[in-house]
Amino acid sequence: MAMLELNNVHAFYGNIHALKGISIEVNEGEIVTLIGANGAGKSTTLKTISGLLKPRTGSITFEGEDLTIFPAHDIVYKGIALVPEGRGVFAKLTVIENLDMGAFSRTDREGIAADLDRVMTLFPRLEERRKQIAGTLSGGEQQMLATARALMAHPRLLLMDEPSMGLAPVLVESVFETIQEINQEGTTVLLVEQNAHMALQVADRGYVLQTGEIVLKDTAKGLRDNEEVQKAYLGME
Amino acid sequence: MVKSWDIDLRIPLRFGLIAGLIALMESVIGIVTLSWERSLVANVVTMGQVLLFAPAIVIASMAAKQANQDKKLVSLLYGLVTGFLTAIPLIILIAMATAFDLRQFMPNVSPALIELLTFGRSPVAGSLILLGVTSLMGLLAAAFDFLPKFIQRPLLMGLIVTLTIGIFSEILSNRLRDLVSVDFSRAIFEGKALKTIIAAGLFAFVAVLNFLWNQFQEPIRGAFGSLPPRLTRVLRVLVILVLIALGLLIPTIAGTYLSEVINNVGIFVLMGLGLNIVVGFAGLLDLGYVAFFAIGAYSMAVFTTEGPLGVSNMSFWAAIPFCIVIAAFAGIVLGVPVLRMRGDYLAIVTLGFGEIIRILALSDLLKPYIGGAQGVLKIPKPTIINFFAVIRDFFVNLFRGLPLPKAPFETIDLIKPEQFYYIVLAGCALAWFVSWRLGESRLGRQWMAVREDEDVAEAVGIKLVSTKLLAFAVGAAFSGLSGAFFASKLTSIFPHSFKLDISINVLCLIIIGGIGSLPGVVVGSIILVGMPELLREFKEYRLLMYGILLVVMMLARPEGFIPSAVKRREMLTADEQMQASAETESAAGD
Repeated sequence: MAMLELNNVHAFYGNIHALKGISIEVNEGEIVTLIGANGAGKSTTLKTISGLLKPRTGSITFEGEDLTIFPAHDIVYKGIALVPEGRGVFAKLTVIENLDMGAFSRTDREGIAADLDRVMTLFPRLEERRKQIAGTLSGGEQQMLATARALMAHPRLLLMDEPSMGLAPVLVESVFETIQEINQEGTTVLLVEQNAHMALQVADRGYVLQTGEIVLKDTAKGLRDNEEVQKAYLGME
Repeated sequence: MVKSWDIDLRIPLRFGLIAGLIALMESVIGIVTLSWERSLVANVVTMGQVLLFAPAIVIASMAAKQANQDKKLVSLLYGLVTGFLTAIPLIILIAMATAFDLRQFMPNVSPALIELLTFGRSPVAGSLILLGVTSLMGLLAAAFDFLPKFIQRPLLMGLIVTLTIGIFSEILSNRLRDLVSVDFSRAIFEGKALKTIIAAGLFAFVAVLNFLWNQFQEPIRGAFGSLPPRLTRVLRVLVILVLIALGLLIPTIAGTYLSEVINNVGIFVLMGLGLNIVVGFAGLLDLGYVAFFAIGAYSMAVFTTEGPLGVSNMSFWAAIPFCIVIAAFAGIVLGVPVLRMRGDYLAIVTLGFGEIIRILALSDLLKPYIGGAQGVLKIPKPTIINFFAVIRDFFVNLFRGLPLPKAPFETIDLIKPEQFYYIVLAGCALAWFVSWRLGESRLGRQWMAVREDEDVAEAVGIKLVSTKLLAFAVGAAFSGLSGAFFASKLTSIFPHSFKLDISINVLCLIIIGGIGSLPGVVVGSIILVGMPELLREFKEYRLLMYGILLVVMMLARPEGFIPSAVKRREMLTADEQMQASAETESAAGD
């Protein structure tokens, strides 16, 4: 059984049918990516998993447990953390306060301290800027902080929404390197990206979304070699 | 040649005209005339003189600071020109008032005003004198800046303290008369002003004290810091005990009138602490906060009144928990529909809620229960058991073998403001303690997260619904307690006591004090509630001062008088932040 299963999920924003029967599986230890154009429903899928948006029909199960009955804040306690689109840090709090907030769902002091060490090793930049206010960090540093903050909840599944958006190309590469590193330390990652090229290099498997439907699913290599994907998302002729 | 001096005449021109316009406005609205005879220091300076000439002095000093540090002559010139220009609008006013009758559309431009502006001379001679005086003041203000800082500061402090005591000399002299003696009061004050010799002594005393403090601040702090931690703790406890003793003695020192003012301030402190939780901690902008104050007041009123509207004739003490719970419940009732709203939308909805409560109180619908426009009358003051008498009787009777005192015990009605003070003090202390503990608690962190970013807060596992509702409920509970005190203090309440301006006032006071900061709430209440009351002799002008204060504060110190730690950090630039964090780190390393 897969770690996370979405089965025929339909979701709406008011009257707009945003997800039209999505079925996704994420197995433990994988990096799975959702690629697709603007408005395809990638971020909506993540919102639905993290409980910020409730599906109208269909099921979402995490380790065999139905997620749709839980509100968003309880889903964090199940071991799923979201790095929202556009950074998602507390802009007026310091780096360390942000990380502290990230561990809000936990009470195991030793575990929190260990995870703090872990994210500080993962992002030495944050260690340097512990006391700096998050809003004054650079875009890349804020993305690091958002990721680190999510890791402080010690998730088993990390949902990442467009981590490379608006970053300089040099930084984009390091973001994906970090994602691989996080994955190697045992966290499963579901990654939503417009930068399909990079996403398919780090991912194990991928899904292609188009206007709320999955049009293609394959291993990352299979998608990279797929002509249509190459044409539509990788910019190759 | 002019270039090599770096003179930019636009600087004094701009500052001078600003100063002139301020002086002109003060004259035209009549505050100068009103306070011209109001001495601050007898035979030396009056309130009107300070008001008329302060713009020239303060702004000339600001203009002079614009000049290059080492160009002393330039800065003197700036001061002189600024002072000179300050008089120009006033001279135009004198000329126009001499030529036409301006009183038709500027009723305050009276012959008395012109006479005092011209020092009782002819318009031309008077104008020239005025020009000379303001120029000289500008020059002196600029020259003052050449004094070394360690002299400047004590002088300024002495001046500020002396003038402030001068303003409040009527209240102070009354208190001295009651506390010490008429002769003592007469020895210090003359009419409504400080005696010249006393003022000089006071000025010197404050200046010397400030000078010494500035000189020896570091060694004193250092010595205190190097004391053994045990002794420091003992000293800290001692200071707290002294403060508590002072807090308990205040009504005796302050007397009836000041106690009443302090009680009003306290009622606003209590409301401010509550709104501080909603706005300062949880970031939910609530403009209808008066609603909970009204609900608390009306609850107290109908539970305790001896009039026809009373439902239970409860005592003040029995009614208090009900008032708090009802207000907190109302907070939740308001909270539920506005859970999904943010910022401006939330402000508008809460504004509406505040008005709904007031209009309900006015309505015929509820008139049989809460009295409509006539309000609720005959609300009793709180009563306490006279513990002192009971304990005394207990021992006296014990020794004499008489029957021991039994319930009902002897009671005291807390009628006087000096007595009611203790109830307000207890309420504020309780609210302070609760705010402080909650702010540091897990719930406090939830509020902080919701304030900073609701989406991220939810993503880290914070329950938005309960977090927000708890903020509304706790805030409303404080306000309900405050309202209960208010009703009991006034013994009658009317719907028009609960208008929007109370919500606005409470919001202003927490912003002026420093949003999210507990001491800030107290400072804000003293400034925005206490001061206007104490400055009553300045009639409607005190509202003008209130408005000016708000504008100046937001320009000069937007983070408030005593900002909270987060706010203070936010106002620093990135560089300062790096520096500050480096400092805290090195401090932590010690």
